[in-house]
Amino acid sequence: MPTRLDPTRLLAALAVVALPVLPGVPPFWLTLMTYAGLSAIVVTGLVVLTGVAGITSFGQAMFVGISAYATALLTTQGGLSPWLSLPVALLLSGMAAWVTGAITLRLSGHYLPLGTIAWNISFFYVLGNTDVLGRYDGLTGLPPITILGHPVLGGAEAMLLTWGFLALCLWLTHRLLRSRTGRAIRALKGGVVAAESFGVDTARVKIVAFVYAGLLAALSGWLYAHIQRAINPTPFGINAGIEYLLMAVIGGAGSIGGGVFGAVLVTVLKDQLQNVLPLVFGTQGNFEAIVFGILLVLMLQRAPDGLWPLIVRRTVSRPPDRGPATAPLSPRPAAAPGTVLLQASNLRKTFGGLVAVNEIGFSVAAGEVVALIGPNGAGKSTTFNLVTGVARLTAGMVRLGDRDVTGLPARRIARLGCARTFQHVKLVAGMSVIENVALGAHLRGSAGPVRGALGLDAAEEAALFAEADRQLARVGLSACRDLPAGSLALGQQRIVEIARALCLGPTLLLLDEPAAGLRHQEKQGLSDLLRRLRQEGLGILLVEHDMDFVMGLADRLVVMNFGAKLCEGAPAAVRRDPAVVEAYLGSAA
Amino acid sequence: MDATILLLLLQDGVVNGAIYALIALSLVLVFTVTRVILIPQGEFVAYGALTLASLEAGTLPGTVPLLLGLGALAFLADCAEARAILTGRVLLRLALRDLALPALVAAAAWFLAPLKPGLLVEILVTLAIVTPMGGFLHAVAFRPLAHASVLVLLIASVGVHLALTGLGLVFFGAEGSRTPPLSEASFPAGPLLVSGQSLWMIGLTLAIIVALWLFFSRTLLGKALIATAVNRLGARLMGIAPSLAGRLSFSVAAFIGALSGVLIAPLTTVYYDTGFLIGLKGFVAAIIGGLASYPAAAAAAILVGIIESVASFEASAFKEVIVFMAIIPVLLWRSLRSAPIEDEE
Amino acid sequence: MTRPMLEAENLVVAYGKVEAVRGVSLTVAPGRLVTVLGANGAGKTTLLNALMGVLPAKGALRFEGDDLMRLPVEARVARGLSLIPERRELFATMSVEDNLKLGAFRFRAKGGGGDLGEMYRLFPRLAERRRQHAGTLSGGERQMLAMARALMGRPRLLMLDEPSLGLAPLIVAEVMRTVARLRDEGVAILLVEQNARAALRIADHGYVLDGGTVVLEGDSRTLQGDARVVETYLGSLSVDEDGPPGRAASGR
Repeated sequence: MPTRLDPTRLLAALAVVALPVLPGVPPFWLTLMTYAGLSAIVVTGLVVLTGVAGITSFGQAMFVGISAYATALLTTQGGLSPWLSLPVALLLSGMAAWVTGAITLRLSGHYLPLGTIAWNISFFYVLGNTDVLGRYDGLTGLPPITILGHPVLGGAEAMLLTWGFLALCLWLTHRLLRSRTGRAIRALKGGVVAAESFGVDTARVKIVAFVYAGLLAALSGWLYAHIQRAINPTPFGINAGIEYLLMAVIGGAGSIGGGVFGAVLVTVLKDQLQNVLPLVFGTQGNFEAIVFGILLVLMLQRAPDGLWPLIVRRTVSRPPDRGPATAPLSPRPAAAPGTVLLQASNLRKTFGGLVAVNEIGFSVAAGEVVALIGPNGAGKSTTFNLVTGVARLTAGMVRLGDRDVTGLPARRIARLGCARTFQHVKLVAGMSVIENVALGAHLRGSAGPVRGALGLDAAEEAALFAEADRQLARVGLSACRDLPAGSLALGQQRIVEIARALCLGPTLLLLDEPAAGLRHQEKQGLSDLLRRLRQEGLGILLVEHDMDFVMGLADRLVVMNFGAKLCEGAPAAVRRDPAVVEAYLGSAA
Repeated sequence: MDATILLLLLQDGVVNGAIYALIALSLVLVFTVTRVILIPQGEFVAYGALTLASLEAGTLPGTVPLLLGLGALAFLADCAEARAILTGRVLLRLALRDLALPALVAAAAWFLAPLKPGLLVEILVTLAIVTPMGGFLHAVAFRPLAHASVLVLLIASVGVHLALTGLGLVFFGAEGSRTPPLSEASFPAGPLLVSGQSLWMIGLTLAIIVALWLFFSRTLLGKALIATAVNRLGARLMGIAPSLAGRLSFSVAAFIGALSGVLIAPLTTVYYDTGFLIGLKGFVAAIIGGLASYPAAAAAAILVGIIESVASFEASAFKEVIVFMAIIPVLLWRSLRSAPIEDEE
Repeated sequence: MTRPMLEAENLVVAYGKVEAVRGVSLTVAPGRLVTVLGANGAGKTTLLNALMGVLPAKGALRFEGDDLMRLPVEARVARGLSLIPERRELFATMSVEDNLKLGAFRFRAKGGGGDLGEMYRLFPRLAERRRQHAGTLSGGERQMLAMARALMGRPRLLMLDEPSLGLAPLIVAEVMRTVARLRDEGVAILLVEQNARAALRIADHGYVLDGGTVVLEGDSRTLQGDARVVETYLGSLSVDEDGPPGRAASGR
């Protein structure tokens, strides 16, 4: 979760930047802060990638290196100006990130980081053994970056240039994370299934985050090459990649500020350790690696969120106030009462030899509440997942309206106006309530990462947030708008999930145990809300354990036992059905 | 490349592959039992080789003070872990394991090193020095993170690798070492000359594989390890503490690592940071096996060895690149087979 | 009344901010069969997991007079507590026999664990399938294996979480008979069940949980006739008399 970049904080940051430029600051510190700035640009990318999207990469040094070598070749051999080689360098690194990401991002957790280790090592050996890249000696004689004809030649100028670019990156990152795409990236923390259920293509979102991090790394590499004006493979090896991650972990990968702080801290610490430790031990050695290694483990054990949150009190980001929407979102036309919205027929699901769901069929019409009930292990949740496209059908058919949606993934089903909540609440705990709700409207916007980062999405964002505010008011939680979702009581979180679902503009609402863990009064409130929604013409399917709740609310009950349908009917009739009584209380025999 | 060269390369590949197989097996063991991707496995290899070289030279290896230090840290960590049931007897048991045992090993090394007692004894001392480090590292670095995600454990694992590599440089210096072979003999086999060393390597690898198989299939402790890997909660409910399983698997990994180092030291000059690359090649094999299957990992390791030896003949400068890029098709294949969406809960 | 073997006082278990068990007190006397009933989501499983140490809890918990609260699961196993969890948690890719052997893990050094032969006499089906992987067993066989595996650890207090879950009625009856026999052999038992009728028939004493608190407690025969038990499972249907459910209260 990014901390807010308010003007005072920006001023404070600028002051820190300007401080060393004051006369009397030794050039050595200027160089050190230049390096810190270069690292901070890479680590800002890692904040988006690791801290926000939850994807770990040890290989960012490779993207730095691709860009550095690209610009070195283009400027020394091609005679290009650095400004002209910048887009090429960015493009190359971005493409490399896209390809590597496309290969591994769909894999579960640990393959990607292992892969990044492997190709960063390979990259190092390729650099060191390729003639045109100067082998282990590298390339020299790079031109400096010129600004209005004035070459930037180290010292305070290089530092200001670096930190200027860093400020630009922070600004872009800040905007990106706040945008529609940013919310989708942040939603990955709330679970892939939840994000997909609101139409987010999580595979694509992960690649966006990966490419973005690669682009920032590329920018840093370009700057480094033209400030240093000579490059060799060493700063692009695996150890550099590990160091970037270390910076993110120590500073705190969860916020932009943490990333910058970690980069500065590690850069300074490394320099000091390299000066001090050999004196202490009396020999030369790679002592800072020992300290960093131990530090990394200790941080993970003692302060897994990094040091930044211990220094700066965390505030939950507040989305920018965009004023009233100029063009509100058009609502989906409500279905006429009685129209069949969902028709499930002969659903069947087997796990290995086990039949979890056996020939289940039911329908939900506009303006009615249907409840799926049954004892533990009866197959209710599996049925629910089959309908929502989270689990794959073994046999059977699901229709939404007049469309056959059998076998479609969750995010395609969401497009057809089917929204859901989850048995275990899947909100992004650190994100504000309103942004969580706005994620529900993901499919009703279209702005991509570029429009978001550049701030060209204001009108659309205003409309999305106006809708989110409307739905939050509808469920009566406007007062919690700017609180972190994780700070709410469970009952309220369940209601927030309903608001998020309503934000999709659904005709069909699927609720997985909405009353679980709610107190009596909360259940009453939920019950009233669902009645209102039914009156407005929504079709509602709910899986529920709480029989009091179900009996008072549902128009029809579908009772399951042992994966099969036991009976179906009005609550009063079902409650008196001896088969149902036996399913719940056990046989009287 | 004619047939003789190909045979020669194959032989080389199989011998190196045997080492990667040992490493891959221990990586799979540690990952399935503890979910830790053991990057520092390579450091156990380097420590094994360099400790032996140092004993061979008649000096006290730097790994001895490290063992004592790790033991002391592990003692503190163990006491903290067991604070709810810290009776005199428990304290004594911990002190014996974490303090007395390393002290005993250290004393033996200190006494034996100047005597140059011969390769066999030196190898035994080497194994005795490195093996307990596995358990100690688990207690100090990983047990406090028992509830963390695989990713956090992986980052911690990289941290431990950094620290151990740095310590390796302090203890052994930047110069590499080589030890005499286990056997000087060589046997003609067709156009090839098979060295006694390579027979030792393949033989010991097979012996370790058989020993591991016996351990897992015949002993209750071995089964307890598998049980933890299969179902952690189920194992806890049987009274199998995850920390016991973790310590045990880490110790096995350290033992296998040290032995691999002892085996590889006569073939190539080992530096303080050589282990990392050797360990990563074991990883390539383990990943090809999906980090889960022992036979697949062992077979893949032989393949990695052969790819490496052919690559070093055809394009020696790029042999590492070729070996590491071998995982890309595997990752691609796994990626295409994997389920589109699932939450890791 | 003999001194209780297990004593829980005011136990609270929370997932984050949500309290799933809100101040439950219960006791199990040596050699008794106590059942905890309640609908889904009442907090039964959470309660058992807290007693076993799988979940952290607040409150007081004593076993044979000793404080259990700070002990990890393994230490509680070592004292003779045993839990057969709702999901059984068998070692699916290991043989039935290996599963059983591991049941006696806590006796590995000193001996004295359960006897394989005895288990095979008790559950003949397991003997037939001793070489098969546990993952290939049917639901009923899995429950048998879970029980046999627990018995190999010679528990002093056996806790069962919904042993009837997903089992056909005939097998439920068999499982219940086995549980009752264990009690008769002197093992104290805490049985969590949704199948209230089956559980109350064999239990000595019962607690009914709703919303994480004990709403009813008593002799099992008394509970068998109590209408409030039915109500916790199937709801009260209070709106029944007011006309069609739901619509009546929708404020039209």
